[in-house]
Amino acid sequence: MKLMLNATSNIAATLEILWKGMLGIFIVMGVIYLAVVILNKVTAPRKSKEEENKEND
Amino acid sequence: MDFFLQSFKDGNFSWQMLLMWVIGGLLIYLAIAKKLEPALLLPIGFGAILINIPLSGAVTQNMAGIGEVVGILDWLFDKGINASEALPLLLFIGIGAMIDFGPLLSNPKLLFFGAAAQIGIFLTIIVASILGGVFNFSLADAAAIGIIGAADGPTSILVANVFKSSFMGAIAVAAYSYMALVPIIQPAAIKLVTTKKERAIKMAYNPKAVSRTTKILFPILVTIVAGLIAPASVALVGMLMFGNLIRECGVLDTLSDSAQKVLANLITLLLGITIASTMKASQFVKIETLLIMCLGLFAFIIDSIGGVLFAKLINLFLPSGKKINPMVGAAGISAFPMSARVIQRLGLEADPKNHLLMHAVGANVSGQIASVVAGGIILSIVPGLLAAL
Repeated sequence: MKLMLNATSNIAATLEILWKGMLGIFIVMGVIYLAVVILNKVTAPRKSKEEENKEND
Repeated sequence: MDFFLQSFKDGNFSWQMLLMWVIGGLLIYLAIAKKLEPALLLPIGFGAILINIPLSGAVTQNMAGIGEVVGILDWLFDKGINASEALPLLLFIGIGAMIDFGPLLSNPKLLFFGAAAQIGIFLTIIVASILGGVFNFSLADAAAIGIIGAADGPTSILVANVFKSSFMGAIAVAAYSYMALVPIIQPAAIKLVTTKKERAIKMAYNPKAVSRTTKILFPILVTIVAGLIAPASVALVGMLMFGNLIRECGVLDTLSDSAQKVLANLITLLLGITIASTMKASQFVKIETLLIMCLGLFAFIIDSIGGVLFAKLINLFLPSGKKINPMVGAAGISAFPMSARVIQRLGLEADPKNHLLMHAVGANVSGQIASVVAGGIILSIVPGLLAAL
């Protein structure tokens, strides 16, 4: 009986690890994604007017 | 000969030790003849033989009249792994210096594939925990076994050591063996959940220029973000990103070169044989070892399937012509660069003009980050749960 109780509480704990773990990874990767997007925008080399005109054409 | 027979009589030599010699020989054979992760499987295989010789001087022994004599492998394990996980962490400096995050930085959406492909870790923890009712796995053991799914040997070793798992030898062997078997495991898993039409989806590759500033700031940012959300991941992520910063800063080329070659080689050389010190017959020849090998395989398969299914989910929201080849999702596991190469090969198999390598490389390096973050998150969550149980 004690073994079964331990197994049940362990499984409940692993489900908690599952949702917290996956959520945590996605949050970390999401924040890094936003940071990279901002960094890419801020540090992108500025295009000259000629290049911009060419792209618009 | 007398000593040998005496060892039998005294119980110092057992059939399990003989079996470990065979296992060690098999690992050496796989390393040399099949070229499966030779840099690790060969030292592990040789070490497995070394420590399973009766009264081996490579491990700590009690000598009559003298007392305890410390063996080199036990010393290496104690100082190099047990004390502060130094060997796996130092290896991350070398790995970080080897990785070019360029393909990921030019298409940062690929970061999410690295996250999705960690699902195998968590589902394996659940299965290991269920089996723990029958076999001898604690919750900490189950978490350490699940981390095989990180497809990242040093992370597996580190987590197993922090959780004081007695199955570290089996976990390390499983992690490295399956990394070497990625070219066999992944195609089977991917074909299980994709059609040939899906595998033939072409993706345009128009990389955006990534500035040097972004490449330099990226490792610093990742360390801060991961550290703030999962502080336990700082050692893992920090060492990986430290190596990458040395690579990208542009003023430490000699150090970057040393980290990629000399440091990584030296640590790899010592790590394998040190891990072997956990492969004493009495600890390794158990039904649990076989089970851990099966669970490791399960983790790798679920990781691959999870990545593919995540890409399919994303495709539901993308217009035709912008669809992602779902196989790229499977490259989100950390086994770099094997997984990216597998995806490229499968893409060409489905359509000889379908080149997916650079997309797969981006997802693959994102898997490197996600796997160490996963390791750190598990190190953050599990101790609290263990205390509550």
